[in-house]
Amino acid sequence: MKYIKYILVGILFGIVMTKSEAVSWFRIQEMFRFESFHMYGIIGTAVIFGAIVTFLMKRSKMKNISGEEINIPSKDFSIPRYLIGGTIFGLGWAMTGACPGPMFTLLGHGIWAILIVIASATLGTFVYGAVRNKLPH
Amino acid sequence: MIEFISQPWHWSISGAMIVLVMFLLTWFGGSFGVSSNLRTLCAIGGAGNKISFFNYDWKSQIWNLVFIGGAVIGGFIATTYLMSPEPVQISVSTQAALAEVGISTPQTLSEGTGYAPSEIFGISNLGSVANLIILIVGGFLIGFGTRYAGGCTSGHAISGLSNLQLPSLIAVIGFFIGGLAMTWFILPVILQLS
Repeated sequence: MKYIKYILVGILFGIVMTKSEAVSWFRIQEMFRFESFHMYGIIGTAVIFGAIVTFLMKRSKMKNISGEEINIPSKDFSIPRYLIGGTIFGLGWAMTGACPGPMFTLLGHGIWAILIVIASATLGTFVYGAVRNKLPH
Repeated sequence: MIEFISQPWHWSISGAMIVLVMFLLTWFGGSFGVSSNLRTLCAIGGAGNKISFFNYDWKSQIWNLVFIGGAVIGGFIATTYLMSPEPVQISVSTQAALAEVGISTPQTLSEGTGYAPSEIFGISNLGSVANLIILIVGGFLIGFGTRYAGGCTSGHAISGLSNLQLPSLIAVIGFFIGGLAMTWFILPVILQLS
């Protein structure tokens, strides 16, 4: 039963991704072509509101639903890991027009070809896990 | 009410709703990062037996899979009950550029919703070399890159930047280096393959 709240937030997320049109392959093309403010508006608003909410959660030492203090960990610093990994993801994002959240949302739209993307994304993560010791981090 | 929320949402509403999702997941004891689910899928499939990266307590991550399962349902609900009265409205210059590489932007709902182009995602077009490259290689790059970078749009661009993390800014710069190279130079070439 503890999972029901996650299903409900997930449903909200799928609706938000669809109505915001962030799941649209065309919107992603438009964003990378700098021909519309739409996606920048979404991400910009989310970062500004998100920064305020994150600051307030930390500042007020807010507790989560099970009474523990919320801990938002900092990320370890590195340049190659984020720059190379990020660039590889960016290539795939612009190709398929879908980042991982929209990938699953599009499945709900009945875009069955996205199953191929989900399967090969899972394979990509598997291969990363297999070769990660050989990569610069 | 249904009619009101069926319109395409303004970007500011969309951005605020994404923060609501991030807040709720954090309050529930989780975090907002979708790409971790791909690692969990590998772990569930038994990848942890051979590769230590997948040998962890994946059961503690089931909530995230449930969340993303919800997103599938949300996508269904949004396209079944909250359908916009018109397809996604894309800028005219993008439409023109896409037309040159053979992708038509739907003008009416009978031509499509404007979410995924039928030239690439249509089941009857799956046989083309270009589409197989886009779907298979594109997906692979997403799965490999997100785990290498330790997050995707949700984990880095939204959660990480909100927490003022420099690593997330570097990752987002990477997203754009890759995205711009693909959009401007590589994708037009791939789309010319038959």
